[in-house]
Amino acid sequence: MTLIDNRLDGIDNDEGLDELEDEAITIIREVAAETRAPVLLFSGGKDSAVLLHLAAKAFRPGNLPFPVMHVDTGHNFDEVIDYRDRLVKEYNVRLVVASVQASIDAGRVVEETGPRASRNRLQSVTLLDAIAEHQFDAAFGGGRRDEDKARAKERILSFRDRFGQWEPRAQRPEPWNMLNAKIRTGEHLRAFPLSNWTELDIWRYIAREEVPLPSIYYSHRRVVIERNGMLLSVGGPVVAEPGEVPFEETVRYRTVGDASCTGAVRSTAANVHDVIAEVAAARITERGATRADDNFSDSAMEDRKREGYF
Amino acid sequence: MVLRIATAGSVDDGKSTLIGRLLHDTKTVFEDQLASVEKASLRYGDGSLNLALLTDGLRAEREQGITIDVAYRYFATPRRTFVVADTPGHAQYTRNMVTGASVSDVAIVLVDARNGLTEQTRRHLFVASLLGVKQVMLAVNKMDLVDFSRDRYDEIVAAATAHATALPAPVTLNPLPISALLGDNVVDPSDNMPWFTGRPLLEQLETLELDDDQNIGARLSVQWVIRPYSTEHHDYRGLAGRLTGGTLAIGDRVRVLPGAQQSTIVGIDRGGVPQETAEPGEAVSIQLADDIDVSRGDVLVTVAAPKPPVVADQIVADVSWMVDKPLEVGSRWIIKHLTRTAKAFVSAIETRHDVVTAAQHSTERLELNDLGRVHLNVSVPLVVDLYDDHRPGGAAILVDEATGMTCAALMIRGFDGIDA
Repeated sequence: MTLIDNRLDGIDNDEGLDELEDEAITIIREVAAETRAPVLLFSGGKDSAVLLHLAAKAFRPGNLPFPVMHVDTGHNFDEVIDYRDRLVKEYNVRLVVASVQASIDAGRVVEETGPRASRNRLQSVTLLDAIAEHQFDAAFGGGRRDEDKARAKERILSFRDRFGQWEPRAQRPEPWNMLNAKIRTGEHLRAFPLSNWTELDIWRYIAREEVPLPSIYYSHRRVVIERNGMLLSVGGPVVAEPGEVPFEETVRYRTVGDASCTGAVRSTAANVHDVIAEVAAARITERGATRADDNFSDSAMEDRKREGYF
Repeated sequence: MVLRIATAGSVDDGKSTLIGRLLHDTKTVFEDQLASVEKASLRYGDGSLNLALLTDGLRAEREQGITIDVAYRYFATPRRTFVVADTPGHAQYTRNMVTGASVSDVAIVLVDARNGLTEQTRRHLFVASLLGVKQVMLAVNKMDLVDFSRDRYDEIVAAATAHATALPAPVTLNPLPISALLGDNVVDPSDNMPWFTGRPLLEQLETLELDDDQNIGARLSVQWVIRPYSTEHHDYRGLAGRLTGGTLAIGDRVRVLPGAQQSTIVGIDRGGVPQETAEPGEAVSIQLADDIDVSRGDVLVTVAAPKPPVVADQIVADVSWMVDKPLEVGSRWIIKHLTRTAKAFVSAIETRHDVVTAAQHSTERLELNDLGRVHLNVSVPLVVDLYDDHRPGGAAILVDEATGMTCAALMIRGFDGIDA
């Protein structure tokens, strides 16, 4: 019995997807009903695309009763911004953009310097500022428990104190998945309707529902450098250091984040079905393969979550 | 079908190691996760690969070598998909055992073969029973440390079987001897224990059959009323919620509880797509023939329901108390039941359950991690089921108005003031 056999077995059908969809829609409706001003965090990545698709379905034929927020690092892949704007029109939702550049200009955060500088960590401050400015009391995110060992401990509704911090020891129990959305002024909630989905579930759902994605999720030619075993796109925020020779490669992205620290993988998967086969056979989790920031230390994700990261 | 598993054991019984073993031996562990565990094993141990570090994700857990919080893990074999809630063993985290058990079909209770049945083991069996988890895999672990002794194993199984008779509700014990560390009887049969003729743990989990939910009649607790107000859907009024208890079809006559109104179903949508019927578990939007007053918290129930819910504002419930502040007679809380939020007043504490001896003790208060039976007066009528009849309608939580913290899990056992 091999991993590939295990994973490929469930691919040809949509087994389990209905149950995951029903659960996610139930969570989305419940949080919308129990909070005053929720918002959906949209990164342009596949998880937030699925989240937006589910949220739209939850209230059909009505409109989405809350806005969508993009935390814009300014280091975006062009394709992602075009895609975001197209989706906003398609789903007929209100878009709020929170800008990391604005946070830098206002002196709220200081830009990292050096060839390996990234704006990824700065997003937390911009996000918390935007939540305060718009008085959002709940933010839907596309986080999944299978992504990271700290996320595996996250509740569906994650409570954040007045400083936006996550305290893993003081999490609210969720017996029978019953959600308690009670908060005090200044506190807020993060809601994770995709908690029980795996990366493969996400891709199978994208295939079944024909959820549109940015083109960089599928194979294309790109000029990259190889750094710490990761392929980073050159031009834009990533600058080749001495000894790093840019070369052209056929790649795709498994996650879409800040362009400075999101790596591509060598792939010829040109469509969603190719990607499913590839993901099913993959031996490296998506964050391990493509996120430089999580590899800093064993607890990198936990530390950023405590600071208010999504 | 997905099998939901809760694992429980005392500190150091080897729960995390067992789950790590299941993930590892079913090839669910990815190369980078394994590399990270190898790195961490060097820092936090004797250098040998520590599979527990696969699930102990928080820094404090790695440092102390314990599990603090519930971790959810997913793995699949060609036969079945599994969700594992790994719940901590120490007494102060028993609330997590309750949480894990509340959403599980089966519990794996670990016993250290050297220590035998401990107070914690008895507590875990009690919690499984109270929460309605009817199948328990009794995994007698660390058999390698007792020379794979059959006598020792038989002794522990006999003690557990005797204890099971005293539990509040019957559970089926499925005992087996394992070594999570070495892998004996986890995924592969054990060469060290030829005297054990049962199948390994994973195979038992793959083939475990669960009782079908009985058909008690469809109910839908309204979460949200969809009113598009658009030209195209000007008169659309959808009652959105998740169906439980039975199937629902267009043309079915329904009651809107807690009131007395009735109407007929004329439309069922799921994700905006019309369908003729709806099955339990589906998140749907229901349209009724009549323009009657229905809002969030109301419950639609088929008139033909074989076992309809009860409308009650005085309930008797078993409670798992989850916070430092005690539950006392006369204290007030927020109660959340289905999609209804109301206020609740503790009119009496009937008993505190002794989870070790299963005896009953009278008490004035319930403290953190206590289990007991209480009587509550609720500010509005609730549409409730008995927990054993129907988990969704028989479960509730209490919330502290001052802190917002979830304080208790409730399992409804009866009603005061009415004959149910």
